[in-house]
Amino acid sequence: MAIEAEDTPLEQLMWKVVTLKEAGYRFLTLTALEVDEETAEIIYHFDINLQMKNLRVRFPKGTKIPSISPIYFAAFWAENEVIDLLGITFSGLKIDYHGTMYLDAEDKDTVKTPFCRYTFVKKEAE
Amino acid sequence: MVSTVIPFGPQHPVLPEPVHFKLKIEDEKVVDAIPAVGFVHRGLECLVAKKDFVQMTQVVERVCGICSAMHGMCYCMGIEEMMGIEIPKKAAFLRTVWTELHRIHSHLLWFGLYADAFGFESLFMQFWKIREKIMDINEATAGSRVIISVNVIGGVKRDISPEHRQWILSTLDEVEEALRDLEKVVYEDYTIRKRTVGIGVLSKEKAYELGASGPMARGSGIDIDARSLGYAAFPDLDWEPIVEYGGDCFARAKVRFREMLQSIGLVRQAFQKMPRDEEIAVKVTGRPEGEVITRVEQPRGECLYYLKGNGSKNLDRCRIRTPSFANFPPIMSMLIGCRLADVPVIILSMDPCISCTER
Repeated sequence: MAIEAEDTPLEQLMWKVVTLKEAGYRFLTLTALEVDEETAEIIYHFDINLQMKNLRVRFPKGTKIPSISPIYFAAFWAENEVIDLLGITFSGLKIDYHGTMYLDAEDKDTVKTPFCRYTFVKKEAE
Repeated sequence: MVSTVIPFGPQHPVLPEPVHFKLKIEDEKVVDAIPAVGFVHRGLECLVAKKDFVQMTQVVERVCGICSAMHGMCYCMGIEEMMGIEIPKKAAFLRTVWTELHRIHSHLLWFGLYADAFGFESLFMQFWKIREKIMDINEATAGSRVIISVNVIGGVKRDISPEHRQWILSTLDEVEEALRDLEKVVYEDYTIRKRTVGIGVLSKEKAYELGASGPMARGSGIDIDARSLGYAAFPDLDWEPIVEYGGDCFARAKVRFREMLQSIGLVRQAFQKMPRDEEIAVKVTGRPEGEVITRVEQPRGECLYYLKGNGSKNLDRCRIRTPSFANFPPIMSMLIGCRLADVPVIILSMDPCISCTER
């Protein structure tokens, strides 16, 4: 289905997520995208009886995003993936792998944000 | 009490793929379980920057060997929606046939591994012997046993001949008979019940809250099946989601066993109702633009594709949420409070696919 996502200011994210949880929605996943060199966005996907509800949050890169894992515990898993692959950081994560969910601890300083098109940092020369 | 951290995996006799759990143990009881992945991460989503939207069909089929046709179908459905393509009705039925065959052989594979996890070797071999019949169908109809590349944007690549249909139906009769023979063992055997009933309980509320998917959710009494959304030929077939209420390893096994029998029925129905047209694909012109989300029900649960096209030959983003990925938070909850000896069976009851999880 074509996506209908509600544009959500970052400061309203948490209470909107709380509202959805109270309305009985379950957390499906989140999708992070690089919009351009300066901007990134996250689309949060929820559903109830297979009807989806999406929240789109757009923010300047480098912004620390409040984790929704205190509300939906399952979100910690997808948020840690986003840290590894796109370098977006979260505050208040219930379980934080500190960028080593997929990447080995010794690699995390040399391989950065492999899914970013604009700000990809190459592995350091051997 | 003194606690100990025991590493479970990444290499373990019950694990077909590498995943690691840090188990915090007090006496014999698990008090915390933290999963660690990253041993086989391939970054397939990132390939959208290098492969065009047509080539990506082959890439997504390689996300997982066990449900390759479903990944291909989900991706193609997304592109078709973005480009406003309506596929021929026959193609929808053929997609249904191949994906339900995938569900059967995936569950048979799982039952073999499951039996092996509690040392029931003869049952393991019985299930895998039955599975070979489905693999033969895959090979005869699609050209390969595991990664079957049948989906294209606009339909399917191959048709199934009337002779093959007859052969498939008679093979499915044999599969059903063999499964009926094992039904009593799966449901009533003392050893199986002892190792699975009341083990790894996931309550309905927890399953919903933690986003459990597929047999993990349906085994806990949640009536969620993405096939109800009505993709492919499912609106034309008679079926209902299979739900069990125990929430334990036994309930999840029952869901899968009943789903295998249901899938056999769905393939029969699909052949019966399949149109006699010749057309199996439509010509595709143009390039995808826009944002879509498509959802299909894989053997392990609901798979979700987010696709974003920009009007060029390469997509901007292809995000894949696989069911195994969604089932990790619930498994963490299931492990807490269990005995160390039950950990392998509980982890296996999730049917973890690490290829899917790490993509």
